[in-house]
Amino acid sequence: MIEVRELSKYYGDVVAVENVSFNVDKGVVLGFLGPNGAGKTTTMRILTCYLPPSQGEAKVAGFDIIEESMEVRKRIGYLPEQPPLYHDMTVNAYLRFVAKIKGVPSAALNSRIDDTMEKTGIAHQRHTVIGHLSKGYRQRVGLAQALVHEPEVLILDEPTVGLDPKQIIEIREVIKGLGGDHTVILSTHILSEVSMTCGHVAIINNGRIAGQGTPESLMAQLKEGEVLRAHIDGPSEQVLGMIGQLEGVLEVEVSGEEGAYVVTSAPGADVRDDLTRRVVESGFSLRELRPLDMTLEDIFLSLTSEEVAA
Amino acid sequence: MRNFAAVYTKEMRSYFVSPVAYVIAGVFLFLSGYLFRNILMQFNLWCLQFGQRAQMGMGGMPALNLNEMVITQFFAVMDFIWLLVIPMLTMRLFAEEKKSGTIELLMTSPLRTIEVMLGKFFACFSLYGIIVSLTLIYFLILEVYGSPDWGPIFSGYLGYLFLGATFISVGILASALTENQIVAVLLTFGMLLLFWLIDWSASFAGPTAAKILQYLSFIAHLEDFQRGVIDTKDVVFYLSFTFFCLFLTTRVIESRRWRR
Repeated sequence: MIEVRELSKYYGDVVAVENVSFNVDKGVVLGFLGPNGAGKTTTMRILTCYLPPSQGEAKVAGFDIIEESMEVRKRIGYLPEQPPLYHDMTVNAYLRFVAKIKGVPSAALNSRIDDTMEKTGIAHQRHTVIGHLSKGYRQRVGLAQALVHEPEVLILDEPTVGLDPKQIIEIREVIKGLGGDHTVILSTHILSEVSMTCGHVAIINNGRIAGQGTPESLMAQLKEGEVLRAHIDGPSEQVLGMIGQLEGVLEVEVSGEEGAYVVTSAPGADVRDDLTRRVVESGFSLRELRPLDMTLEDIFLSLTSEEVAA
Repeated sequence: MRNFAAVYTKEMRSYFVSPVAYVIAGVFLFLSGYLFRNILMQFNLWCLQFGQRAQMGMGGMPALNLNEMVITQFFAVMDFIWLLVIPMLTMRLFAEEKKSGTIELLMTSPLRTIEVMLGKFFACFSLYGIIVSLTLIYFLILEVYGSPDWGPIFSGYLGYLFLGATFISVGILASALTENQIVAVLLTFGMLLLFWLIDWSASFAGPTAAKILQYLSFIAHLEDFQRGVIDTKDVVFYLSFTFFCLFLTTRVIESRRWRR
């Protein structure tokens, strides 16, 4: 649905985005993850035809963003970082204006506006002037604005910034519900948001894509081995020596608190059975043993710090 | 057409929902009404004085012309007030969209720049037209007490439509150039005043340059209308100036798409 090939954008000498390529299939929710200033907003602005790329090309729903910009613009809904709201309009009048300029047929206007307000939970605020709404409601009106013409592609720039935890959960539910019918690109610098809402992740740092795929495939790519956390009651020197001798164990470390160890073993090797047996044979007690999964935080940190080191 | 109508309605609503339209109309009508009253009182005084002198046998009654002494004077005053007011009407048109980020909505919607620009232009022009036509009341008052010649009044108002379109196009161009409304006001005001006074320097310029400078003057072309002359050369001047500014505006708005 979205194809981006070797996209670059320079502001004068400053590189905002360099050689970014990725594809998003229909119905997928792609999380665009990166620290502030990494180039997320620039990439989104290029995809929505707001800014021209310096180099490279991109297609949205099969249409070129430069040559066929009108066709692209008909098919996208875009929520910029700062929701584009007219503060002197009521919610209803605003959505009607947006629906009209997005080309919703007159006959369908009312039902489309009602549906969208229902979906984003702003129906009871329809006659409120936007300037009088709270931040959370403004964000919802912004989201409604992006949805009102039922676009094939949705581009959301940090949709949950500035919301309270309850609102964040609600907005995420709305976005999750959009996948399948719509193709969604969602940018954020909040990691948990991606793992909760997105099927795919692209990590961007310093204007380059540092890694992409499903969260699972990224983890598999980066994992250097299986990691276990064990809590064993016994003198630490003996325990360390004992575990270190096990077949397949690469490294054992004491992890801060009393009696806790982090065991790294070769990829594919499962040392849990051996470890349990050995501990029990030695007369120590095993209080806890569980695999440590790599979190998105770990992936993110390892990818973005590699970039810095390189 | 539908897009144009959507933008036009939105802009009109915005003028009338906020106090902008009412304050501008109020201040303009108060000032012009006050000045109209003073011009009329002055004319009254002259009538009285000349009448007395005629009675005392100090020469005959001179011709006191209502059109020349009231209407032309009032037009001159109104020209100047519009020079001050129009920048306030146009300043927010694009500057505010840029400042608040709503320009991103407009530019990522399937709207052509010209539709946005014309919607804004005609909304502003309509508001201007409404306020200008309200001043016709003053002439109805004249009609009750005197017998003004309506020909030059109508051609004068026709001139205002052309002048207004030109002023507004300059204002829209300035507003498209910046996201700061104060900058937009000052730019508009500066450009309008420059073209207002540009024929002054004609006196010191060479013969060809003088002609060009005279031709570019906003006010010189208006005087014909106010004397009751509708000359195609004046119409062409105002329309071409308007089209040129509006064309530049669309280029300025679209220029973001060229900056690779």
